[in-house]
Amino acid sequence: MEHIVIIGNGIAGITAARHIRKLSDKKITIVSAETDHFFSRTALMYVYMGHMRWRDIEPYESWFWEKNRLELKNAYVETVDTNNKTLYFKKGGSLTYDKLIIATGSVTNTFGWEGLELNGVQGLVSKQDLEKLEKNAPNNKECPRAVIIGGGLIGVEMAEMLRTRNIEVTMLVRENAFWTNVLPKSEAEMLSRHIISHGVDLRHNSELDKIIGDKDGNVKSVITKSGEEIPCSVVGITTGVKPQISFLKNSKIETDRGVLVNRKLETNIEDVYAIGDCAQQREPIGNRPPIEAVWYTGRMMGEALAQTICGKPFEYNPGNWFNSAKFFDIEYQTYGWVFSESRKKNYEGQFHWKCKSDLRCVTISYNENSNEFLGINTFGIRMEQEVFDKWLNEKRSVDYVIQNLKQANFDPEFFKKYEKEIQTAYAGQSITI
Amino acid sequence: MSTVQRNMSLTGEPPKTINTQQKIASFIGLLGLMVLVLAFFNLNFPNKGLWLTASLIAIGGGTVWFSIAAYTNKHDGIKNDGVYFKSLTSKGFWAWIVGMALTLFYVLLYWFPQYLGLAQDGNNKGVVALFDPLSRLLNGGPASQWFVYGTLYTLAILAFGIKFILKYRHNKYEKLRTFSVMFFQLGFAFLIPELMSRLNSDTFSLPYYDLKNIWPLNYYNFEQYRVDDLLSAGDVGLGLLIFGLASIFIITPILTYKYGKRWYCSWVCGCGGLAETAGDPFRHLSDKSQMAWKVERWVIHSVLVFVVLMTTAVVYSYLGDDSSKYWLTKNTFLISVALLLTVVFAGTWIFKREELKKDARLGAIGYFVIIISLIGFHYFSGKNLFLFEAETLRQTYGFLIGAVFSGVIGVGFYPIFGSRVWCRFGCPMAAILGFQQRLFSKFRITTNGGQCISCGNCSTYCEMGIDVRAYAQKGENIVRSSCVGCGICSAVCPRGVLKLENGPLEKRISSNEILLGNDVDLMNYVNN
Repeated sequence: MEHIVIIGNGIAGITAARHIRKLSDKKITIVSAETDHFFSRTALMYVYMGHMRWRDIEPYESWFWEKNRLELKNAYVETVDTNNKTLYFKKGGSLTYDKLIIATGSVTNTFGWEGLELNGVQGLVSKQDLEKLEKNAPNNKECPRAVIIGGGLIGVEMAEMLRTRNIEVTMLVRENAFWTNVLPKSEAEMLSRHIISHGVDLRHNSELDKIIGDKDGNVKSVITKSGEEIPCSVVGITTGVKPQISFLKNSKIETDRGVLVNRKLETNIEDVYAIGDCAQQREPIGNRPPIEAVWYTGRMMGEALAQTICGKPFEYNPGNWFNSAKFFDIEYQTYGWVFSESRKKNYEGQFHWKCKSDLRCVTISYNENSNEFLGINTFGIRMEQEVFDKWLNEKRSVDYVIQNLKQANFDPEFFKKYEKEIQTAYAGQSITI
Repeated sequence: MSTVQRNMSLTGEPPKTINTQQKIASFIGLLGLMVLVLAFFNLNFPNKGLWLTASLIAIGGGTVWFSIAAYTNKHDGIKNDGVYFKSLTSKGFWAWIVGMALTLFYVLLYWFPQYLGLAQDGNNKGVVALFDPLSRLLNGGPASQWFVYGTLYTLAILAFGIKFILKYRHNKYEKLRTFSVMFFQLGFAFLIPELMSRLNSDTFSLPYYDLKNIWPLNYYNFEQYRVDDLLSAGDVGLGLLIFGLASIFIITPILTYKYGKRWYCSWVCGCGGLAETAGDPFRHLSDKSQMAWKVERWVIHSVLVFVVLMTTAVVYSYLGDDSSKYWLTKNTFLISVALLLTVVFAGTWIFKREELKKDARLGAIGYFVIIISLIGFHYFSGKNLFLFEAETLRQTYGFLIGAVFSGVIGVGFYPIFGSRVWCRFGCPMAAILGFQQRLFSKFRITTNGGQCISCGNCSTYCEMGIDVRAYAQKGENIVRSSCVGCGICSAVCPRGVLKLENGPLEKRISSNEILLGNDVDLMNYVNN
């Protein structure tokens, strides 16, 4: 029986395992040093906030693994010997495979600042990070203030978490508004205002210079590039993530920032594949970055690879881009491509609408030459993926999308509808042009 | 640094102090409660009307003020911070204290009302006496333990209803739904029946009738004393009797077809009303395991069979053998029941068999065979219908299901098992509505493509213990008998994945192996 070994039990690895099991009888072993069981990484924050217990963020009950004959091994892979198809573990022991799937995900990305080794400096990616945060910032007596470096999705999550324990939070963001490298400016500014309204000391245009420790090796303060010293007990590093591939450095598997793969998710070594956050496409797909560190793409790669492994080769050929997040109380969904100012294509036009409440806004992007609808960002109004997926495939015009926006509404029943307001704003804008 | 390990939670030291206003509000509420406790210990208050008013206002007002102080200084949005850290909401010390206090109250209420001060003859004492002025004001007579219970129950739904509305003030579905249960509790369950009993005289007597309390939840609705009362009360009584029958056989199926069982369970029902308001802080305690779901299916349907048997036996026992008193004779009645059950069983079997899982098929056949053979057995042997005396069946049901299950376990154990234990495992009305909802309804919870991140908020906060995530992460709509449509899964979802909807029957349940967003060819290849 063919033995499939998967390193990593995150969404990519587990999705692959589940689908391989559905399609075949192969022996499947999942290796992870992080946890025994799969959990939802995006839900780490809710455990610290007291919304859920650890077991609540595990999507499958513990009997699931044995029932589906998915063998779990809690171990850290130190080296991969592709000649002999063998993994060697840190604590000793080894495991041979017929096919290997690398799905090790990400680790916190840092920029080599001084003081990174101090106690209290941490990211928020793994279960161990969550445990560290619980130890470093159990309450506002142990940790009166935390400084968060970087303003992305993990940064705002960390800020929300710490605020639930009344810990003062200072957030240093390099840009002039929150997440402007991804979002159009007016959206980024609305989010900045919302974050500030939750008591976060959000500092735009500011960067970390170094982290200062006390004599016991604990964080004492940070110093910004403008020379200001901010006393704090915890420093959250949330300047993105990078593939977790350090264990491959002596292997024959070719890597760049991530494990290099082709469209079939194959590495340069036969029978070795990589999926999820740790995989890097040799050629980027469409507008997508070569490394996609997103829950959904991890899942999609797992779905595609399972077919390939089970004898029906499929390329990783994702459909229309989509993503979602929540910033404190504001939900965000995106379908298709809406680019930030710095990454905007020269043909991309954008229509913005913002609600008076300052809690909802919509940006619709389109091709200025053909009027084709390219994508939508929606904040505070839920919209339906299926509808936009269809409209994008049908290459609908921006006018059509605005006219039929109601069809895409996914807010709960009885919620106030904003389509009329949006349509009026669009009509007004079109006239002025 | 102390880290309390509670319930396997990683974490354990949040700031969970309450603010000054909340402290004052708690104190006022407790003062109100203290009046009732003192009355319980037979402190004879002078001017009972005044003290009762003060007590109820203090309890209600304290609760509302507490909620205002807790929520209005915060942003609109989900307020589940620290739910698993607080003793009361994570099965800690205070949860057990409250659970035991409620349980004791139910024990007194059902079996020892004399200790609450109920006097069989002569004047009431204790707490019941304290409620006499309000009872006289509404229905003209002295209070009973049920009047005390009804008043406190209504007060709880109103006060905690306001709390719930403040908590979910950003969500119009939740607000409307809560207004609705508050309205039905205050009007239909409390005021109307009390005022109706004022109409009663020596020649005209209506039973206490909460119009929205439908058989089989209201398992005693067709008992002899009630039916006799109704029949002797002229057109009004007959109207009520017909309404009672129409409720379960006509109105309920139509509304459930259109809107799902939520129209009743989370918009109208009193049990649901208490669970959604006072029970809301405990909703996450429901058991989500697959095992619990299995137990649920067997227990709730067994209760339904029990209530059908019991009611049939009771009605049968008082019907005449000829048509002089009731136009319905014993035989016609029994044959109609058998016929109705056969039609329901055969219809489901022929048209919906594919949708029934193995245990549902076994259960359906088993229950059907048992009921029909009991009826047949009766004809051949001429013994008691269903082997036992109707009265024995009625008393057993009243004790086990009516009192122990719905009261003591259902409400008393809120802080331990969650707020909907009765609705999920016991309520025969929920079983009937759930059966319709699963097989003949437009209602479903729609999943938004591939947007689920498997975080688990929906499952955690499902009071019915449905593992919502298990469906959402497969891109599958949620169509479950037990779903009461409270809408909280949709509210707590951080990615806008879930939406309660009434839609067309086609594609109501749709499961995809490959979720939306991936390769179109792959989706076509695998999903079709």
